Amino acid sequence: MSVSVSIPTILRTYTDGAKRVEATGATLSELISDLDTRHPGLGDRLLENGQLRRFVNVYKNDEDVRFIDGLATPLTDGDAVTVLPAVAGG
Amino acid sequence: MRYDSLLDSVGGTPLIGLPRLSPSPQVRLWAKLEDRNPTGSVKDRVALALVENAEKEGRLKPGDTILEPTSGNTGIGLAMVAKLKGYRLVCVMPENTSEERRQLLRMWGAQIIPSAAAGGSNEAVRVAKELAAEHPDWVMPYQYGNPANALAHYYGTGPELLADLPTITHFVAGLGTTGTLMGVGRYLREQQPEVKIVAAEPRYDELIYGLRNLDEGFVPELYDESVLTTRYSVGAHDALRRTRELLAAEGIFAGISTGCALHAALGIAGQAAKAGERADIAFVVADGGWKYLSTGAYEGTLDEAEDRIEGQLWA
Repeated sequence: MSVSVSIPTILRTYTDGAKRVEATGATLSELISDLDTRHPGLGDRLLENGQLRRFVNVYKNDEDVRFIDGLATPLTDGDAVTVLPAVAGG
Repeated sequence: MRYDSLLDSVGGTPLIGLPRLSPSPQVRLWAKLEDRNPTGSVKDRVALALVENAEKEGRLKPGDTILEPTSGNTGIGLAMVAKLKGYRLVCVMPENTSEERRQLLRMWGAQIIPSAAAGGSNEAVRVAKELAAEHPDWVMPYQYGNPANALAHYYGTGPELLADLPTITHFVAGLGTTGTLMGVGRYLREQQPEVKIVAAEPRYDELIYGLRNLDEGFVPELYDESVLTTRYSVGAHDALRRTRELLAAEGIFAGISTGCALHAALGIAGQAAKAGERADIAFVVADGGWKYLSTGAYEGTLDEAEDRIEGQLWA
């Protein structure tokens, strides 16, 4: 079970500069735990009090996980997860 | 159709069926042509509402200066409204926006203060807030947090859509200030509780996300997650591909952010067709393609076009 995770520039200090890393987990929550084991400190940049941080957006195959099941969003082999900071448009 | 002035002609845009891109007669796509507004974008509705709201509240008087952070269309709409109503306009605009946008702003008499490319609109918002503090006599409508932005769509775009398409099942629009989605979404939800409201968010390349840390992220004050059914992130490649498909299949020459909305709309259409469900999916053509010709988005291969708009705020 492997999920590809795209890491934004500002968090690549935790991944030795890697733009994309692999991790495992049946849910987003498990995936973030696994990411934090492989890249210590990364989990804390994504979560605050057990929730996704306000300015962090996470997408599963391009859909915002907040509209799927949040941290309980199920993941399967081959899914792509993208982490992005929230930015303004308009 | 006759109007007393250009300002009276804002809104009332056509809804156009897309028979070639729609998967079947049961699953239909509809384009709301907001490029038919006076300065060529959906933001004319917002610009007019922001200014008239400030007038109503007594915050604007003739000769005053309006200040606004904008990546282009809101500024161009505001510049037209300001010119006709006798205000001066100062826009803070990221430097990585198309040359056409800057020329248009100057044409309508606006003054442009450039903000750094890195950080995109976040940076423009930050600079505008600083300027507002330095110039307390300037009036900043602030599209990201001003309820008048969403209300322009609640009272305008939403009712127009429902009148033209009473069988609407989905509404799709680009996510920027979130005003279109919040306003249309709330109106449609009240009228048809089952309607799905879908956000298509442009995914830029890394420069735009070049924040120093995550705490400098930005969520517009207008944003209310509960209005949306879902939210998709759409990259430049898909946005460009769909923009070209819309032109090739249906003859509609739209800006790149429209390709972003169309990509999400086609995804939903495909799902509905597969599930054997009926769907009437309306999406917003936020502007025409004219302002993006110089970016090279419409020429050569998709990969070439993608390379050319790298680092640009294309939506």
